[in-house]
Amino acid sequence: MTALDVQDLTVDFAQRGRVPFRAVDRVSFSLHAGRTLALVGESGSGKSTVVRALSRLVAPTAGEVRLGGARRTRGKEYRRAVQMVFQDPFASLNPAHTVGHHLIRPLLVGGRARRGADAEEKARELLRSVNLTPADDMAHKRPHELSGGQRQRVAIARALAPGPEVLLADEPVSMLDVSIRLEILGLLDRLKDERGLALLYVTHDLATARHFASEVMVMYRGEIVERGPSDEVILAPRHPYTQTLAAAAPSSAAGRERARAARAERLAARAGRDAERREAVVGDGCRFRPRCPYAMDVCTRRPPETEVGPGHRSLCWLRTDTNDSVVGFSA
Amino acid sequence: MTAPTVPTTPRATGRGWLRPALRSRRFAAGLALLAVFVLTAALGPWLVGDPNAFTTDLGQAPSGAHWLGTTQTGQDVLAQLVVSARGTLLIGAASALIATVVSVVVGIGGGFLGGLADEALSLISNVFLVIPGLPLVIVVSAYVKGGGAWSTILVIALTSWAASARVLRAQTLSLRSRDYVLAARVYGEKRWRIVLVEILPNELAIIVSQFIFAVIFAILTQAGLAFLGLADPSHLTWGTMLYFAQNAEALTSGAWWWFIPPGLCIAALGTALSLISFGLDEVLDPRLRVRKVSA
Repeated sequence: MTALDVQDLTVDFAQRGRVPFRAVDRVSFSLHAGRTLALVGESGSGKSTVVRALSRLVAPTAGEVRLGGARRTRGKEYRRAVQMVFQDPFASLNPAHTVGHHLIRPLLVGGRARRGADAEEKARELLRSVNLTPADDMAHKRPHELSGGQRQRVAIARALAPGPEVLLADEPVSMLDVSIRLEILGLLDRLKDERGLALLYVTHDLATARHFASEVMVMYRGEIVERGPSDEVILAPRHPYTQTLAAAAPSSAAGRERARAARAERLAARAGRDAERREAVVGDGCRFRPRCPYAMDVCTRRPPETEVGPGHRSLCWLRTDTNDSVVGFSA
Repeated sequence: MTAPTVPTTPRATGRGWLRPALRSRRFAAGLALLAVFVLTAALGPWLVGDPNAFTTDLGQAPSGAHWLGTTQTGQDVLAQLVVSARGTLLIGAASALIATVVSVVVGIGGGFLGGLADEALSLISNVFLVIPGLPLVIVVSAYVKGGGAWSTILVIALTSWAASARVLRAQTLSLRSRDYVLAARVYGEKRWRIVLVEILPNELAIIVSQFIFAVIFAILTQAGLAFLGLADPSHLTWGTMLYFAQNAEALTSGAWWWFIPPGLCIAALGTALSLISFGLDEVLDPRLRVRKVSA
């Protein structure tokens, strides 16, 4: 079941005296109940802006967001249904309030509990559901008494409090100690299964994206350059950017062998390409062109989205070679 | 042993801040000194005689009958000092309260709303900031002279809120884009609740310290105004005492018991409030608070 459908989401940021900066460019995807979609990309690729636009902290410039088929992004219902876990658990909890306050307020605002004992009991339930026990003790603590992992559990519990259908997790573990990352991701995964959440998992870690998500989207400079089933995209990347990203990730010995071979191939391709093309300024064409080892003349035009496998699509001219009509069509 | 051991780790509670605060010697000393003044102001006037009653003892030095001597017209200095404490504290607290409320509304309101409202409120506070304070106070109080204590209170409040408002605006600008404020927006918290419940408590330390310094400023300004003869002389304060002492040439005639007590009281009250403010700085930050509890 499609929980959230996003069509051509575009976010521009105004810049003083210059053309607006396009942080997110015509991004479309849908989130399904009980499934995880991973959004990967480097810093500044627009991942967080997508999340912020969906949680309505940033107003999108264009595009359509449909929640359960209805086109309503204003009002209480959307607020309740779409919740977000922030990246930094040290910044996302109010130092002035107890853990209990952080859970009771969203329960009351969303009308999911009555003031008093009812809200307190529901808050304890939430704490137990994210494995923060003893719940009674935890509810009275303040954020600075908790560890990073505990804080992120509180943040997750807060996001669950309104009873959402869609959970947006903006790099939920990148600020945490390596030893507890897997625990938190496992918790998110379990909650997704238990509550039938549609989870958008934003990360730059390909390994966890592959492990926890059924589908992966790769974002570069505001565009989705490759998408598909997670194993396909990460083990057999078809877009040069995804290939570079996969090669940069630390991996097993076999993976390292493969990465070394791929790297040799890329370096050969890069050497074979003249310097002036490498310097080319991005205009309308492929945004990855200046860094791409395989950049060609045709890359000055926007590449079409091409099916490169079952459900696996890539935004690159390289993959259209077998299909000349596509090249001619989108000129 | 199967009995579960009860964890004995201390837990910071909202009300438990006074005890660790009292461990700060500065805070305890300031609070004790302030308590003396407040008690004197509250109860003292019933214990001493009429401060305006004339006696035949004119300009006498401290003695058993008049512990702090008498004025040139034979009034008891101690009675005046005690009654003045009430007037001074009232003016100080009231004008600081008004100034703080205005600065909170203007500063936090502008910082949170942003846009045109912020521009307008910033402009107003900038205007009040560049107006030289004391001359304006003198002009306004000369104009409304005879309005009693309230005109003094309003005039002092009017000239002392702007700097605090700017500090609070800057702090609010920083706080309103914090993740925990954004999180409150995501779950649909109302705007006034975000301001009052999510942002305001994190500025409490600043507001309290600004309030305390506003009290000091108000008392000093009031003393200055009264000394210059710009306050209502029928409303007894330490400032008006100094004014009368100056007019009666107590300084040149060596009547030290007339002008030293009110001057000393003003200085001591300022010291007490400063000590409290420094002590509270350590206490109002919840992080510092717990370090104190577990210490």
